[in-house]
Amino acid sequence: MKDEITREDRVANLKGMGCSRKRVEDARFTQGQGNYVDDVKLPGMLHADFVRSPYAHARIKSINIDAAMALPGVKAVLTAQDLEPLGLHWMPTLAGDKQMVLADGKVLFQGQEVAFVVAADRYIAADAVELVEVEYEELEVVVDPFKALESDVVLREDLDLSVPGAHGPRKHANHIFTWEMGDQEATEQVLDSAEVVATEEMYYHRTHPCPLETCGSVASMDKVNGKLTLWGTFQAPHVVRTVASLLSGIEEHNIRVIAPDIGGGFGNKVGVYPGYICSIVASIVTGAPVKWIEDRMENLMSTAFARDYWMKGKISATKEGKITGLHCHVTADHGAFDACADPSKFPAGFMNICTGSYDIPVAYLGVDGVYTNKAPGGVSYRCSFRVTEAVYFIERMIEVLAIELDMDPAELRSINFIKKEQFPYQAPLGWEYDSGDYQPAWDKALKAVDYKGLRAEQAERVEAFKRGETRKIMGIGLSFFTEIVGAGPVKNCDILGMGMFDSCEIRIHPTGSAVARLGTISQGQGHATTFAQILATEIGLSADSITIEEGDTDTAPYGLGTYGSRSTPVAGAATAMAGRKIRAKAQMIAAYLLEVHDDDVEFDVDRFVVKGAPERFKTMKDIAYAAYNQAIPGLEPGLEAVSYYDPPNMTYPFGAYVCVMDIDVDTGVPEIRRFYALDDCGTRINPMVIEGQVHGGLTEALAVALGQEIAYDDLGNVKTGTLMDFFLPTAWEVPNYETDYTVTPSPHHPIGAKGVGESPHVGGVPCFSNAVQDAFRPFGNRHTNMPHDHWRIWQTANDLGLHD
Amino acid sequence: MIPAAFEYYRPASMEGVIALLEEHGDEARVIAGGHSLIPMMKLRMAEVAHLIDLQDIASLSGITIDSDGIRLGAMTTQHDIIGSAALTAAAPIIKEAALQIADPQVRYMGTVGGNVANGDPGNDMPGLMQCLDAQFHLLGPDGERVVAARDFYEAAYMTDREDEEVLVEITFAAPTGGYAYEKQKRKIGDYATAAAAVQMSKVDGKVATASIAMTNLSDTPIWSEETAEALIGTTCDDAAIKSAIAAMLGDIDPTEDNRGPIAFKCHAAGIVLGRAIKRAWSRA
Repeated sequence: MKDEITREDRVANLKGMGCSRKRVEDARFTQGQGNYVDDVKLPGMLHADFVRSPYAHARIKSINIDAAMALPGVKAVLTAQDLEPLGLHWMPTLAGDKQMVLADGKVLFQGQEVAFVVAADRYIAADAVELVEVEYEELEVVVDPFKALESDVVLREDLDLSVPGAHGPRKHANHIFTWEMGDQEATEQVLDSAEVVATEEMYYHRTHPCPLETCGSVASMDKVNGKLTLWGTFQAPHVVRTVASLLSGIEEHNIRVIAPDIGGGFGNKVGVYPGYICSIVASIVTGAPVKWIEDRMENLMSTAFARDYWMKGKISATKEGKITGLHCHVTADHGAFDACADPSKFPAGFMNICTGSYDIPVAYLGVDGVYTNKAPGGVSYRCSFRVTEAVYFIERMIEVLAIELDMDPAELRSINFIKKEQFPYQAPLGWEYDSGDYQPAWDKALKAVDYKGLRAEQAERVEAFKRGETRKIMGIGLSFFTEIVGAGPVKNCDILGMGMFDSCEIRIHPTGSAVARLGTISQGQGHATTFAQILATEIGLSADSITIEEGDTDTAPYGLGTYGSRSTPVAGAATAMAGRKIRAKAQMIAAYLLEVHDDDVEFDVDRFVVKGAPERFKTMKDIAYAAYNQAIPGLEPGLEAVSYYDPPNMTYPFGAYVCVMDIDVDTGVPEIRRFYALDDCGTRINPMVIEGQVHGGLTEALAVALGQEIAYDDLGNVKTGTLMDFFLPTAWEVPNYETDYTVTPSPHHPIGAKGVGESPHVGGVPCFSNAVQDAFRPFGNRHTNMPHDHWRIWQTANDLGLHD
Repeated sequence: MIPAAFEYYRPASMEGVIALLEEHGDEARVIAGGHSLIPMMKLRMAEVAHLIDLQDIASLSGITIDSDGIRLGAMTTQHDIIGSAALTAAAPIIKEAALQIADPQVRYMGTVGGNVANGDPGNDMPGLMQCLDAQFHLLGPDGERVVAARDFYEAAYMTDREDEEVLVEITFAAPTGGYAYEKQKRKIGDYATAAAAVQMSKVDGKVATASIAMTNLSDTPIWSEETAEALIGTTCDDAAIKSAIAAMLGDIDPTEDNRGPIAFKCHAAGIVLGRAIKRAWSRA
């Protein structure tokens, strides 16, 4: 075959790494052809709905299901009593606690699952819910975690205080754990003798990931063959299979878990919810498939929340601004059950990344987890485990220290960055940062926005405001963040004992196309697009010829799923490694076909070429065909590979963000004039997908910083249970983001890539918040808590006397 | 978010609608665009055993402008209002307000009749219609009666309309002078934190007439005569605006909710009103 196209063309045809390939998923999503859990419709399928508690804390005196059962079309009403003989009225949580599947004697939060109604259609189920009579005796409600630690009201009567919890001894009936990292004594010594110390208390409010698709499942128990099939909104389908097997006693090979298209996860779909368990039990009981889909209010009220950290910080420095020590204490409100979705050994996630991007010699972190009468959760909402909290903490402490030092916060950051030559950098709270080059990224960002010009403009604006010429003040929000993503390694990180590796299995078809299956599951990240690009570059077949499949545990290799930006760092690495195995065998086939020694051929884009004789080659398509149609001495037929990848370390993406904001002090309305985001995620697989990820993460950051919260009143009633009050920004509220990048490849990742999906959220929240707070700094503001919605911004202005 | 069972009717004439209302009394509700009632039904906060859809009654739609004034059929959508050049020429404040209601998708379905008849204090059109001194035409078993918008609202979701009556049209005289509809909200699709509808006219550099109504700051819209009086006869200078705001604050009665505490709402209401007056005056 005559080769008429250039090498450049061949690279372009591959659509490999670095190419802004259009997302292959979008054809079906934009044409309404996605296949979500609620699209699963099976013959004879029943529909379920929950009876939920209207009270945040109450004893259940009785449950009467007679009227509900009498409604035509109702097939079953399950209560804890029905689940108890199966041992399923409680379930283990990912955090080593246990959680009621259905209320067992009492309820501990508003919206808690009390009974599970199964009916012929969704409408009958909803009607029957109203007919279930539950008699409650209200108990004193505890919503404040500090009061919880002093209260005589015991929330978790099932726990024995004398028995240590999953993370050590408990200090009080409502206390869950104390987790400490770093050197407390040394840190306190440094703080006590420091030239300058800044202290601050901040509350990172409770919010919710709120994916567009709510949670749900369809369980179908085939009693003839003993097989259970479970479709669901799962960010970790293999873990769900293992948990389902351990809980139900059904052998794991008889359970097939399918996570179909998922409409966003953001951490909300990592955990196991009562609805999943109940749909399985109901299918076993009724002999029919059972579907459970929660509605928006149920999603906001009962499935996993995020944040809710009360953080106290102390930071010390020399007069010149060199940071000498950092102390952080967190009171963590975990709600009624400790259902945080963190690796088992990390009850506060990776909060111990809270020294941030700075070279801080000594630090201490203490976290106390507390039970309250709120929904359980504590998931990583578009961030690696608790990293958003950590980065918010340090980026606020830096700003407060800058105030204390009367120094520019950009300069303070520059003085303290970990330097390029310090990597790999051993941080004082236990992590080894793999790579980084912070100062050039920071300088690039500040230059891009003309930082000095902005500060001059801000100073002029302050004067104009004081002269009464304007009622708008200007804030410059800065943030420099380091993420920690890609859990594993297995030696540190596990979920319910499962090591946090990930996997990829590749089959090359005879005609030179391929299918690759991974242990992860896309929820909108575009895995089918980007993983095919990794493979295209590794194995020399066009990305368009490679199908990526995930989410079906009968076909995909075992993996720990997608959250914490782990897919590219872990499964992406497995993909590259599996591709390299394919390539290694292909090299032997090519050498045989070209009648040369294995070492005499080399890989070139889409082919193996005889060294020094580029006209003699075999394309990967030729090689794939040969793998199936020729007997090659010493080689098995076929061309397949599998890789299970245990990363040696996490990856540490970073970024530099600047937000310019104008605030109307009279109405409290903020206007985002400009948002610049520089991300360094190492090797860039698909720049367009990265840009989309950055836009999405920033938008969720804007939401959280400027208004999105799950708020409770004193009785534990959720005040933000609908999208009228729970802020989900639209295109209207979102500014035009400017994105930029530097590239610092991960030294240990096969292709040098780091995660990126969550970086913009992690860096974005403090950047938006700092912009608000910076606007008020010239008027004496030090810190105000998020969310910065209109009235709270107005309140800040009011407290500073700006309305006088 | 699953409504209870209901019977659905789609009569072709108002006679049919009235007959159904007479038959089912307070168990029946008419539905126009459905953007208030359907969510309430899905939340089971409104249980409607008999739902009467007005979509098939063509006579309820349409905008008429003639020497008698302006007539809006109850089923006229916000989208129709925004798209009507004639209405915008005759009463530009309506388009300015309608563009601040919800989002385009909701405005395709949401109607002016539904907006004013539901009695939701968050809706923008009731205050606007009070500002314009509109008349609401109610058709019932005994024929039609007319109620002034300023007399129609009793409390949240409570109006002067009887269960067997349907609000069929809104009439008002074309306003003169300057106008402004100013609304502060948290996001697209939100109800007002505070909103002000202002119409005012100028003679010899002074305020000749003024009409002012506030939205979502009490359990009904607040048309404030005292606020208007504080402006009339003045040159609409800062002192007059300050007096008007003070008068308005005496008439509203906001409650604390997720939009903020009372002090903030009062402050925002004053700012919103001040801006609306200035804009209206600049157009007078």
